[in-house]
Amino acid sequence: MRALCMLLLWPLLLAAQTPAPRSGLEFASADVRALQADDFANPGMLWVARGEKLWNTPAGRSATSCAGCHREAPVSMKGVAARYPRFDREAGAVLNLEARIKRCRESRQQAEALPHESEDLLALTAYVAHQSRGQSLVPAKDVASVAARERGREQYFRRQGQMNLACMHCHDRLAGRKLLSDTISEGHGNGYPAYRLEWQALGSLQRRLRACFTGVRAEAPAFGAPELIELELYLVQRAGPLRVETPAVRR
Amino acid sequence: MLARIQVPAQAKRGEIITIRIAIQHPMETGYRPDHFGRRIPRNVIHTLVVRFAGAEVFRADMGSGVSANPFLQFHVRAEAGGEFTFDWVDDTGAKGSERATLNVV
Repeated sequence: MRALCMLLLWPLLLAAQTPAPRSGLEFASADVRALQADDFANPGMLWVARGEKLWNTPAGRSATSCAGCHREAPVSMKGVAARYPRFDREAGAVLNLEARIKRCRESRQQAEALPHESEDLLALTAYVAHQSRGQSLVPAKDVASVAARERGREQYFRRQGQMNLACMHCHDRLAGRKLLSDTISEGHGNGYPAYRLEWQALGSLQRRLRACFTGVRAEAPAFGAPELIELELYLVQRAGPLRVETPAVRR
Repeated sequence: MLARIQVPAQAKRGEIITIRIAIQHPMETGYRPDHFGRRIPRNVIHTLVVRFAGAEVFRADMGSGVSANPFLQFHVRAEAGGEFTFDWVDDTGAKGSERATLNVV
Protein backbone atom coordinates (compact mmCIF):
# COMPACT_ATOMS: atom_id res chain seq x y z
CA MET A 1 0.00 0.00 0.00
CA ARG A 2 2.75 2.36 1.00
CA ALA A 3 4.69 1.52 -2.14
CA LEU A 4 1.59 2.18 -4.22
CA CYS A 5 1.13 5.59 -2.55
CA MET A 6 4.75 6.48 -3.29
CA LEU A 7 4.28 5.41 -6.88
CA LEU A 8 1.18 7.55 -7.30
CA LEU A 9 2.78 10.54 -5.60
CA TRP A 10 6.05 10.18 -7.49
CA PRO A 11 5.21 12.72 -10.24
CA LEU A 12 4.21 15.23 -7.56
CA LEU A 13 7.41 14.67 -5.63
CA LEU A 14 9.42 15.06 -8.80
CA ALA A 15 7.64 18.29 -9.64
CA ALA A 16 8.28 19.64 -6.16
CA GLN A 17 11.98 18.83 -6.43
CA THR A 18 12.51 20.39 -9.83
CA PRO A 19 10.54 23.61 -10.33
CA ALA A 20 10.26 24.81 -13.91
CA PRO A 21 13.49 26.49 -15.01
CA ARG A 22 13.32 30.27 -15.35
CA SER A 23 15.09 32.04 -18.16
CA GLY A 24 17.60 34.75 -17.32
CA LEU A 25 15.10 37.14 -18.87
CA GLU A 26 12.85 36.76 -15.82
CA PHE A 27 15.65 37.97 -13.56
CA ALA A 28 16.35 41.04 -15.71
CA SER A 29 15.00 44.51 -14.98
CA ALA A 30 12.05 45.90 -16.95
CA ASP A 31 14.23 48.10 -19.18
CA VAL A 32 16.46 45.17 -20.15
CA ARG A 33 13.40 43.04 -20.91
CA ALA A 34 11.98 45.85 -23.05
CA LEU A 35 15.26 46.13 -24.95
CA GLN A 36 15.20 42.41 -25.75
CA ALA A 37 11.54 42.44 -26.74
CA ASP A 38 11.98 45.19 -29.35
CA ASP A 39 13.56 43.61 -32.41
CA PHE A 40 14.79 46.95 -33.64
CA ALA A 41 16.17 48.37 -30.38
CA ASN A 42 17.74 45.03 -29.40
CA PRO A 43 21.43 45.68 -30.18
CA GLY A 44 22.01 41.95 -30.71
CA MET A 45 20.00 42.23 -33.91
CA LEU A 46 22.92 44.16 -35.44
CA TRP A 47 24.94 40.95 -35.26
CA VAL A 48 22.02 38.97 -36.67
CA ALA A 49 21.87 41.41 -39.60
CA ARG A 50 25.61 41.06 -40.10
CA GLY A 51 25.26 37.27 -39.96
CA GLU A 52 22.58 37.37 -42.64
CA LYS A 53 24.95 39.25 -44.94
CA LEU A 54 27.74 36.74 -44.27
CA TRP A 55 25.34 33.84 -44.87
CA ASN A 56 24.85 35.07 -48.42
CA THR A 57 28.48 36.05 -49.13
CA PRO A 58 30.67 33.52 -50.97
CA ALA A 59 33.90 32.77 -49.09
CA GLY A 60 37.04 30.66 -49.40
CA ARG A 61 38.45 28.59 -52.25
CA SER A 62 35.08 26.94 -52.84
CA ALA A 63 33.64 30.40 -53.63
CA THR A 64 30.43 29.18 -52.02
CA SER A 65 28.30 30.98 -49.47
CA CYS A 66 26.45 29.26 -46.63
CA ALA A 67 23.29 29.83 -48.67
CA GLY A 68 24.94 28.01 -51.60
CA CYS A 69 24.37 24.72 -49.77
CA HIS A 70 21.90 25.47 -46.99
CA ARG A 71 19.68 27.83 -49.01
CA GLU A 72 17.27 29.91 -46.93
CA ALA A 73 18.38 29.95 -43.30
CA PRO A 74 14.85 30.59 -41.91
CA VAL A 75 13.89 27.22 -43.42
CA SER A 76 17.05 25.12 -43.24
CA MET A 77 18.34 26.37 -39.89
CA LYS A 78 15.03 26.39 -38.04
CA GLY A 79 15.43 24.47 -34.78
CA VAL A 80 19.07 23.58 -35.47
CA ALA A 81 20.60 25.70 -32.71
CA ALA A 82 18.19 24.20 -30.17
CA ARG A 83 19.81 20.78 -30.77
CA TYR A 84 23.42 21.85 -30.15
CA PRO A 85 25.91 20.88 -28.69
CA ARG A 86 25.80 17.39 -30.17
CA PHE A 87 28.10 14.70 -31.52
CA ASP A 88 29.45 15.34 -34.99
CA ARG A 89 30.40 12.15 -36.81
CA GLU A 90 32.87 13.79 -39.20
CA ALA A 91 34.65 15.66 -36.43
CA GLY A 92 34.46 12.62 -34.12
CA ALA A 93 33.69 14.96 -31.25
CA VAL A 94 30.88 16.84 -29.56
CA LEU A 95 30.59 20.27 -31.15
CA ASN A 96 28.71 23.36 -30.11
CA LEU A 97 27.11 25.61 -32.71
CA GLU A 98 30.16 27.88 -33.04
CA ALA A 99 32.46 24.90 -33.57
CA ARG A 100 30.07 23.43 -36.14
CA ILE A 101 30.03 26.69 -38.10
CA LYS A 102 33.82 27.00 -37.87
CA ARG A 103 34.16 23.47 -39.20
CA CYS A 104 31.81 24.04 -42.11
CA ARG A 105 33.69 27.18 -43.02
CA GLU A 106 37.09 25.51 -42.95
CA SER A 107 36.30 22.12 -44.52
CA ARG A 108 33.42 22.95 -46.88
CA GLN A 109 33.98 26.58 -47.83
CA GLN A 110 37.75 26.15 -47.50
CA ALA A 111 37.95 29.64 -46.09
CA GLU A 112 40.32 31.00 -43.47
CA ALA A 113 39.38 29.97 -39.95
CA LEU A 114 37.18 32.31 -37.95
CA PRO A 115 38.77 32.84 -34.52
CA HIS A 116 36.69 32.28 -31.38
CA GLU A 117 34.70 35.39 -30.41
CA SER A 118 35.49 37.09 -33.72
CA GLU A 119 32.75 39.42 -34.92
CA ASP A 120 32.07 37.25 -37.97
CA LEU A 121 31.77 33.99 -36.03
CA LEU A 122 29.50 35.63 -33.47
CA ALA A 123 27.39 37.16 -36.23
CA LEU A 124 26.96 33.86 -38.10
CA THR A 125 26.21 31.98 -34.86
CA ALA A 126 23.68 34.62 -33.82
CA TYR A 127 22.02 34.51 -37.23
CA VAL A 128 21.75 30.71 -37.21
CA ALA A 129 20.62 30.57 -33.57
CA HIS A 130 18.07 33.32 -34.21
CA GLN A 131 16.28 30.97 -36.64
CA SER A 132 15.45 28.76 -33.64
CA ARG A 133 14.06 31.55 -31.48
CA GLY A 134 11.00 30.32 -29.64
CA GLN A 135 11.93 26.65 -29.98
CA SER A 136 12.53 24.51 -26.90
CA LEU A 137 16.05 23.27 -26.27
CA VAL A 138 16.58 19.59 -27.12
CA PRO A 139 19.30 17.75 -25.17
CA ALA A 140 21.44 15.50 -27.41
CA LYS A 141 20.73 11.79 -26.96
CA ASP A 142 23.76 10.20 -28.66
CA VAL A 143 26.15 8.12 -26.56
CA ALA A 144 29.13 10.49 -26.81
CA SER A 145 27.06 13.51 -25.80
CA VAL A 146 25.48 11.69 -22.87
CA ALA A 147 28.91 10.68 -21.58
CA ALA A 148 30.26 14.21 -22.05
CA ARG A 149 27.18 15.65 -20.37
CA GLU A 150 27.83 13.51 -17.29
CA ARG A 151 31.28 15.09 -17.05
CA GLY A 152 29.64 18.48 -17.41
CA ARG A 153 27.17 17.67 -14.64
CA GLU A 154 30.03 16.57 -12.39
CA GLN A 155 31.80 19.85 -13.14
CA TYR A 156 28.68 21.87 -12.36
CA PHE A 157 28.56 20.44 -8.84
CA ARG A 158 32.33 20.50 -8.22
CA ARG A 159 33.85 23.25 -6.11
CA GLN A 160 36.60 25.15 -7.92
CA GLY A 161 38.84 28.18 -7.64
CA GLN A 162 40.04 30.22 -4.70
CA MET A 163 36.44 30.98 -3.76
CA ASN A 164 35.86 27.23 -3.58
CA LEU A 165 32.44 27.49 -5.22
CA ALA A 166 30.57 25.22 -7.59
CA CYS A 167 28.18 26.58 -10.25
CA MET A 168 25.42 25.05 -8.15
CA HIS A 169 26.10 27.25 -5.12
CA CYS A 170 24.96 30.41 -6.89
CA HIS A 171 22.74 29.24 -9.71
CA ASP A 172 20.75 26.51 -7.89
CA ARG A 173 20.75 27.68 -4.30
CA LEU A 174 20.90 31.46 -4.57
CA ALA A 175 19.05 32.24 -7.81
CA GLY A 176 16.96 35.36 -7.35
CA ARG A 177 19.22 36.68 -4.55
CA LYS A 178 21.69 39.51 -5.02
CA LEU A 179 25.39 39.36 -5.85
CA LEU A 180 26.40 42.97 -5.16
CA SER A 181 23.82 44.92 -7.19
CA ASP A 182 23.10 42.14 -9.68
CA THR A 183 20.38 39.51 -9.41
CA ILE A 184 21.71 35.97 -9.63
CA SER A 185 19.94 34.04 -12.38
CA GLU A 186 19.54 30.30 -12.70
CA GLY A 187 22.37 30.34 -15.22
CA HIS A 188 20.60 29.06 -18.33
CA GLY A 189 22.27 29.58 -21.69
CA ASN A 190 19.13 29.73 -23.84
CA GLY A 191 19.70 33.35 -24.94
CA TYR A 192 23.26 33.01 -26.23
CA PRO A 193 24.99 34.42 -28.17
CA ALA A 194 23.60 37.31 -26.15
CA TYR A 195 24.18 41.04 -25.97
CA ARG A 196 25.53 41.81 -22.52
CA LEU A 197 25.36 45.41 -21.37
CA GLU A 198 28.53 44.82 -19.37
CA TRP A 199 30.35 43.84 -22.55
CA GLN A 200 28.64 46.44 -24.72
CA ALA A 201 28.75 43.71 -27.34
CA LEU A 202 27.44 40.32 -28.33
CA GLY A 203 29.28 37.36 -26.81
CA SER A 204 29.12 33.58 -26.77
CA LEU A 205 27.97 31.32 -23.95
CA GLN A 206 31.60 30.23 -23.53
CA ARG A 207 32.65 33.83 -22.94
CA ARG A 208 29.96 34.06 -20.26
CA LEU A 209 31.04 30.78 -18.67
CA ARG A 210 34.67 31.90 -18.66
CA ALA A 211 33.60 35.08 -16.85
CA CYS A 212 32.07 32.90 -14.11
CA PHE A 213 35.30 30.87 -13.85
CA THR A 214 37.20 34.12 -13.37
CA GLY A 215 34.54 35.25 -10.89
CA VAL A 216 35.21 32.32 -8.57
CA ARG A 217 38.93 32.78 -9.23
CA ALA A 218 39.36 29.48 -11.01
CA GLU A 219 41.46 29.02 -14.12
CA ALA A 220 39.17 29.60 -17.11
CA PRO A 221 39.40 26.86 -19.78
CA ALA A 222 40.38 28.11 -23.26
CA PHE A 223 37.64 28.79 -25.82
CA GLY A 224 36.56 25.49 -27.37
CA ALA A 225 38.03 23.42 -24.51
CA PRO A 226 36.23 20.11 -23.81
CA GLU A 227 35.35 21.28 -20.27
CA LEU A 228 33.32 24.17 -21.67
CA ILE A 229 31.52 21.99 -24.24
CA GLU A 230 30.68 19.45 -21.51
CA LEU A 231 29.32 22.21 -19.31
CA GLU A 232 27.27 23.57 -22.23
CA LEU A 233 25.81 20.09 -22.78
CA TYR A 234 24.75 19.83 -19.15
CA LEU A 235 23.30 23.36 -19.22
CA VAL A 236 21.06 22.45 -22.16
CA GLN A 237 19.63 19.49 -20.26
CA ARG A 238 19.31 21.57 -17.10
CA ALA A 239 17.47 24.35 -18.96
CA GLY A 240 14.89 21.74 -19.90
CA PRO A 241 12.02 23.12 -21.95
CA LEU A 242 13.26 26.74 -22.02
CA ARG A 243 13.11 28.34 -25.43
CA VAL A 244 15.90 29.85 -27.50
CA GLU A 245 15.93 33.66 -27.13
CA THR A 246 18.91 34.56 -29.33
CA PRO A 247 19.85 37.36 -29.40
CA ALA A 248 18.97 37.89 -25.74
CA VAL A 249 19.90 41.01 -23.82
CA ARG A 250 21.48 40.47 -20.42
CA ARG A 251 23.07 42.65 -17.77
CA MET B 1 29.84 50.17 -40.80
CA LEU B 2 26.74 48.10 -40.34
CA ALA B 3 23.52 49.93 -39.49
CA ARG B 4 19.83 49.19 -39.34
CA ILE B 5 17.28 51.87 -40.12
CA GLN B 6 13.54 51.88 -39.72
CA VAL B 7 11.50 54.23 -41.88
CA PRO B 8 7.86 53.43 -42.67
CA ALA B 9 7.42 52.73 -46.39
CA GLN B 10 4.25 54.78 -46.50
CA ALA B 11 2.61 57.55 -44.46
CA LYS B 12 -0.46 59.78 -44.68
CA ARG B 13 0.08 63.47 -45.42
CA GLY B 14 0.65 65.33 -42.15
CA GLU B 15 1.20 62.14 -40.17
CA ILE B 16 3.95 62.11 -37.54
CA ILE B 17 6.25 59.19 -38.23
CA THR B 18 9.01 57.57 -36.17
CA ILE B 19 12.48 57.15 -37.65
CA ARG B 20 14.96 54.83 -35.93
CA ILE B 21 18.59 54.06 -36.56
CA ALA B 22 20.98 51.63 -34.85
CA ILE B 23 24.67 51.54 -35.77
CA GLN B 24 27.17 48.83 -34.86
CA HIS B 25 30.07 50.76 -33.34
CA PRO B 26 32.27 50.32 -30.23
CA MET B 27 31.95 54.02 -29.24
CA GLU B 28 35.32 53.83 -27.50
CA THR B 29 35.32 56.49 -24.78
CA GLY B 30 39.04 57.33 -24.76
CA TYR B 31 39.17 56.80 -21.00
CA ARG B 32 39.78 53.05 -20.99
CA PRO B 33 43.25 51.48 -20.73
CA ASP B 34 44.10 48.35 -22.73
CA HIS B 35 45.71 45.22 -21.23
CA PHE B 36 49.11 46.94 -21.23
CA GLY B 37 47.87 50.07 -19.46
CA ARG B 38 47.97 52.23 -22.58
CA ARG B 39 45.06 54.53 -23.17
CA ILE B 40 42.75 53.35 -25.98
CA PRO B 41 42.21 56.40 -28.21
CA ARG B 42 38.71 57.80 -28.34
CA ASN B 43 36.67 56.60 -31.28
CA VAL B 44 33.04 57.62 -31.27
CA ILE B 45 30.58 58.50 -34.00
CA HIS B 46 30.70 62.23 -33.32
CA THR B 47 28.24 63.39 -35.97
CA LEU B 48 25.10 61.91 -37.45
CA VAL B 49 23.08 63.91 -39.95
CA VAL B 50 19.73 62.90 -41.41
CA ARG B 51 18.42 64.75 -44.45
CA PHE B 52 15.03 64.49 -46.06
CA ALA B 53 14.84 65.43 -49.73
CA GLY B 54 18.15 67.28 -49.26
CA ALA B 55 17.12 69.31 -46.21
CA GLU B 56 18.54 68.52 -42.78
CA VAL B 57 15.87 67.19 -40.42
CA PHE B 58 17.92 65.69 -37.60
CA ARG B 59 21.47 66.02 -36.29
CA ALA B 60 23.21 64.36 -33.35
CA ASP B 61 26.55 65.49 -31.93
CA MET B 62 27.68 62.59 -29.79
CA GLY B 63 30.54 62.16 -27.35
CA SER B 64 32.03 59.56 -25.05
CA GLY B 65 28.85 59.38 -22.94
CA VAL B 66 26.90 57.51 -25.61
CA SER B 67 26.86 53.72 -25.31
CA ALA B 68 28.31 51.30 -27.84
CA ASN B 69 26.03 50.48 -30.79
CA PRO B 70 24.07 53.74 -30.51
CA PHE B 71 20.34 53.60 -31.14
CA LEU B 72 18.61 56.88 -32.01
CA GLN B 73 14.98 57.65 -32.60
CA PHE B 74 13.21 60.83 -33.69
CA HIS B 75 9.91 61.97 -35.19
CA VAL B 76 9.13 63.95 -38.32
CA ARG B 77 5.93 65.14 -39.90
CA ALA B 78 5.46 63.64 -43.35
CA GLU B 79 4.44 66.47 -45.70
CA ALA B 80 5.60 65.03 -49.01
CA GLY B 81 7.32 61.92 -50.29
CA GLY B 82 11.08 61.79 -50.64
CA GLU B 83 14.28 60.11 -49.64
CA PHE B 84 15.87 60.05 -46.19
CA THR B 85 19.65 59.95 -46.18
CA PHE B 86 21.60 59.08 -43.05
CA ASP B 87 25.29 60.03 -42.89
CA TRP B 88 27.65 59.63 -39.98
CA VAL B 89 31.36 59.83 -39.29
CA ASP B 90 33.56 58.62 -36.41
CA ASP B 91 36.85 59.86 -34.91
CA THR B 92 38.94 57.68 -37.25
CA GLY B 93 37.24 59.35 -40.19
CA ALA B 94 35.28 56.22 -41.09
CA LYS B 95 31.99 57.16 -42.70
CA GLY B 96 28.73 55.34 -43.03
CA SER B 97 25.50 56.01 -44.82
CA GLU B 98 22.06 54.58 -45.38
CA ARG B 99 19.02 55.71 -47.31
CA ALA B 100 15.31 54.94 -47.36
CA THR B 101 12.35 56.21 -49.37
CA LEU B 102 9.10 57.42 -47.89
CA ASN B 103 5.89 57.52 -49.90
CA VAL B 104 3.24 59.99 -48.79
CA VAL B 105 -0.35 59.31 -49.81
